[in-house]
Amino acid sequence: MKLSKLLIQHKAEVVKKWFDYAVQSYKADVAQFLKTQGDQFANPVGGALSQNLEPLFNELCGQMNTEALTASVDPIVRIRAVQSFAPSQAVAFIFSLKRVIRTILKKELRNENLLQQLYEFDLKIDVLGLIAFDAFMVCREKIYDLKANEMRNRTLHAFERAKLVKNTSLYSIHAQAAQPITNREGVLSKKK
Amino acid sequence: MNFKYLYSLILVIALFLIAYAGVEMAGMQFVFGILVPYAAVVIFLWGFISKILCWANSAVPFRIPTTAGQQKSLDWIRQNKIDNPSTTIGVVVRMALEILTFRSLFRNTKMALHKGAKLIYSWEIWLWVGALAFHWAFFTTVTRHLRFFTDPVPFPITLLEKADSFFQVGLPLVFQSGIVLLAALLFLFLRRLLEPQVRYISLAADYFPLFLLIGIALSGILMRYFIKTDVVAAKELAMGLVTFQPCIPETVGSIFYIHLFLVSTLLAYFPFSKLMHFGGVFLSPTRNQANNTRMQRHVNPWNYPVNTHTYEEYEDEFREKMIDAGLPVDKE
Amino acid sequence: MAEDLPKAEEFLANIDYKVPDTAWMDTPAEIRKGMYCYASNPKSVEYLGLPNARKWNPLDDDWQLPENWQEIIHNGFKERLERFRSVKVFMDICVRCGACADKCHFYIGTGDPKNMPVLRAELLRSVYRNDFTKIGKLLGRAAGARKMTLDVLKEWWYYLFQCTECRRCSVFCPYGIDTAEITIMGRELLNLIGLNIDWIATPVANCFRTGNHLGIQPHAFKDMLDFFVEDIEEVTGVELEPSFNRKGADILFITPSGDVFADPGTYTCMGYMMLFHYLKEKYGFDITWSTYASEGGNFGFFTSHETMKRLNAKMYAEAKRLGVKWILGGECGHMWRVIHQYMDTMNGPADFLEEPVSPITGTKFENAKSTKMVHIAEFTADLIKHNKLELDPRRNDHLKVTYHDSCNTARGMGMFDEPRYVINNVVNHFYEMPANTIREQTFCCGSGSGLNAGENMELRMAGGLPRANAVRSVHEKHGVNMLACVCAVDRAALPPLMEYWVPEVDVTGLHELVANALIVPGENERTTDLRGEDLPETEDDADE
Repeated sequence: MKLSKLLIQHKAEVVKKWFDYAVQSYKADVAQFLKTQGDQFANPVGGALSQNLEPLFNELCGQMNTEALTASVDPIVRIRAVQSFAPSQAVAFIFSLKRVIRTILKKELRNENLLQQLYEFDLKIDVLGLIAFDAFMVCREKIYDLKANEMRNRTLHAFERAKLVKNTSLYSIHAQAAQPITNREGVLSKKK
Repeated sequence: MNFKYLYSLILVIALFLIAYAGVEMAGMQFVFGILVPYAAVVIFLWGFISKILCWANSAVPFRIPTTAGQQKSLDWIRQNKIDNPSTTIGVVVRMALEILTFRSLFRNTKMALHKGAKLIYSWEIWLWVGALAFHWAFFTTVTRHLRFFTDPVPFPITLLEKADSFFQVGLPLVFQSGIVLLAALLFLFLRRLLEPQVRYISLAADYFPLFLLIGIALSGILMRYFIKTDVVAAKELAMGLVTFQPCIPETVGSIFYIHLFLVSTLLAYFPFSKLMHFGGVFLSPTRNQANNTRMQRHVNPWNYPVNTHTYEEYEDEFREKMIDAGLPVDKE
Repeated sequence: MAEDLPKAEEFLANIDYKVPDTAWMDTPAEIRKGMYCYASNPKSVEYLGLPNARKWNPLDDDWQLPENWQEIIHNGFKERLERFRSVKVFMDICVRCGACADKCHFYIGTGDPKNMPVLRAELLRSVYRNDFTKIGKLLGRAAGARKMTLDVLKEWWYYLFQCTECRRCSVFCPYGIDTAEITIMGRELLNLIGLNIDWIATPVANCFRTGNHLGIQPHAFKDMLDFFVEDIEEVTGVELEPSFNRKGADILFITPSGDVFADPGTYTCMGYMMLFHYLKEKYGFDITWSTYASEGGNFGFFTSHETMKRLNAKMYAEAKRLGVKWILGGECGHMWRVIHQYMDTMNGPADFLEEPVSPITGTKFENAKSTKMVHIAEFTADLIKHNKLELDPRRNDHLKVTYHDSCNTARGMGMFDEPRYVINNVVNHFYEMPANTIREQTFCCGSGSGLNAGENMELRMAGGLPRANAVRSVHEKHGVNMLACVCAVDRAALPPLMEYWVPEVDVTGLHELVANALIVPGENERTTDLRGEDLPETEDDADE
């Protein structure tokens, strides 16, 4: 008996349960709402999950193509990267697949040969976890990049083009009263 | 974990039992047939009017309609005269559609994700259907009940009764409004209980009126079709109340008093609850005002002068720089 | 971040990663990084003379509130219930039907149940019931009432600054309950005890002093426009002469300072300047800019009604001082909500101005006859309708454009067809986003009402997800590469939003598109657009 065959047989069940685990990372009511709806994905998170969990699972059972894995994991973690999850929580749904498989294939996994194959499959899940972590970090870096460059890209860039940045008075305009924009940048960099 | 609806349910059952026990065991027909209804009506009228006055006493400082369609601007651009009214007539039409057909609710969409597709928004019609069914059935039922308070019964009410029992053959006449009312209430309750989002936002005060109304509808239906009560006597009691010559006919069954007690509770509870949306919808500033603020000045009754930064202060601070930059100044 | 991180034992105890199920009143707000904006700088608060200026940090336990803060909030609430019928009615009549629940872009994007509009309002309602209704006093929590505590206050602050006052929920509410109104009132109360955010307080202080949010002084303002003159000359070969603070001009022009000082609004600003120049050359159009009233936007609106009035007063004051006939307003969202629904009431009557008439077409702007301020999209649409502009839309052929309705001009004004008419006349490839994400159902950029700071980028990205999602759909379907809008906050907020979700799409103002198409008298043949990007070869060129 091959584990991959078994998994593909149970694909629908596995993906559904995996989805359920993944939405549990949201407040119970949001999660439950996602699950109880006929078209259950009343949230872009649900959308990203429902569109991408199956392709991810297919890759795990198949080629483990890095690009395909990244393409499917990115939409999920891209959302989680802006939803105030800790990094661990953001990628935890990947590892819950291990539990899903063990629950669904409980009986079959008494077979030692299959258990051996499961160790190998677990390894693939770990790899996907690492890829998800990389994708998550790319998103987080993008966010910090946006944060850091927001002011420069929009405002200071316009000043630069106008050759106004040399005009130091621009930086002390609030000296007497309100806070200068540079001060604001100072706040940003200090906090980081 | 959701005890909010349980509390409300228990409360309504308790009310039911109080009326039953009061009439059957304590023989307090006088209290439940005359005192409580009078008190309830007084509380209702006083509460309703004072709430409306309380709202009306607050100012409407700004004209802030929610504009849900094209504004009136250039002649050749077609204005959406209902969703973005610029005249009183437009406002009246908008309000009428809002109040009679729940137009905004009709607009309701639901986010839904279809398999393999993006976020799309499908039409969520059931809340609208349920709400509309409930309100119209309730209105019909209440109006129909006027036959108990009028003698002779005016023609429009008789006509309404006929229409309401249109599909009926044989006796007693079954009123569709009663059935629809109960069904709609059950739907609204189930929606509140089963839809997680709505359950999450629901308060005990959202379940209580639902159970109360279900209790009223149930007791009414029981009385009409199953535990028959003496209708002539019931009318006698009702006529006594409206003509201020209250009397307690002997042949009225306890189910009638239960019905009446629940209705009295509803009346007394009404002005202090969310049910006041019935009055409030007329006063909602985002719906009952015309979007014509740029055409016609709206006056704020409490508009007060504020501290501003005048041009003189501004020029005083920046005069030299302005002159250097070649900007005109008032004082050289 | 470290203090937020889950511990190993938590992972082991909760192997399903399940979030606990608690009622919302029993779930205190957790102030999360990336979701909140920094506290206001005391200098700005002090400059404006607003209460309780001090340095404070939302992450600290102690917010350094005045001792009697509960009393201040209670009395402030009471006063506002009398002053605003909207608040009083909205406090009483919600039936919690849930129609609004999934209409909020923040709810959709963050998945945080307290971002359901109904719950945002319940945060205030629960206190209202406790403080001002008999049934709430009597039954307490059973009637949905709760006392004002520090936890409740923090919850107010956190979630009232996660609402962009976009009014989308109000469209779907059967009673028209407007969360914007509730947020406005809640923020006003918070300001009474010094709880503002810096991204609002400092622009307000700047605007009060220098006339614009960025605190740009008059000479620098002029420098900036002079620079645009150079840039335009480079692209078109035509030299412009904008005029400033000029008495006796026909019309005063006011636009958000974002157009003058922040990309890509700067290109929109060049667009206005080119349009005015064109009209001056062809029809003798006479318009002036002002450095004193150099801000159309009004972050005072996000502080309190009074602060809004203090900032807005400059518009009429300057129009009166300069003796103009009427005022023309640039592309901005909340600026237009303020002008359209508040300005005349607050600072009018503008009886020193004339009823606006287009000097070129003779069109009377009947819809602005009292406030005497016309939106530039209305003005330009009228010009195009009367064939007063010579346009070559092919110069925008490299763009596939979609249009984002700004929340305020959509649901606080109703300006839908004017900008679309203009776009359809200046570009050849225009595609609408899905019907339920535009016009009165438009989704917010996620950064409105003063929330376009840097530190809350996660909140902005999550809030903007529904909008970005709609843009992505037209990008994938039609190859849309340009998102047009008539709002300065949009022009500041949408570029990072696009960069995160749909990096292939750029952002433009309406009048940048107009200027690209506008054939200015005496211009050289253009080889680039205003951004200096090469124009595509037109078919004619290829034939020649």
